[in-house]
Amino acid sequence: MVTPENIKEWIEKNLAESEVKVSGDGRHFDAVIVCAEFSGKSRLQQHQMVYAALGDKMKDDIHALSMQTMAPEDRVEELEVNK
Amino acid sequence: MDISDRISQVIAENSVMLFMKGSPDFPQCGFSGRAVQILEACGVEFSSADVLMDQELREGIKEYSNWPTIPQLYIKGELIGGSDIMMEMYQNGELKQKLDAMKD
Repeated sequence: MVTPENIKEWIEKNLAESEVKVSGDGRHFDAVIVCAEFSGKSRLQQHQMVYAALGDKMKDDIHALSMQTMAPEDRVEELEVNK
Repeated sequence: MDISDRISQVIAENSVMLFMKGSPDFPQCGFSGRAVQILEACGVEFSSADVLMDQELREGIKEYSNWPTIPQLYIKGELIGGSDIMMEMYQNGELKQKLDAMKD
């Protein structure tokens, strides 16, 4: 069975300089991914980069993955907003 | 007509096209259900295709868009994304903007 740690590892291995937090119940997963390569990319492109990093795992092992992607500069803004 | 021609034709003929699991009245997956709710909240007419009824479409759409999950929303032939992106765009008003721009 797939664990959140597996997904974290798969993404971080194939997406340079990415910081990943994953939670999930074995079928449905939630991931927050911060990555320098996301800057200037659309949300769609960012998600496609994560899917590419996961490759075939998305087809076979992962049934449902919700994603929140952001470039490092977006994260800083987001943290301030939540203060 | 091979599957990708069939898909591009459907996408070209329907300005708001949702590929989903199940139908708007009977979504068969939480994410597809959420996508339908978002479009209904926008008050936009949309067409949908049930990939559970068509295995060739279910796999073909993923190849076509290089997007491995369902649902997938297309507006005026452009892939918008899955339910996560739809939700984010709905919340920040981008989705409404795209749909309004389509009407002019």
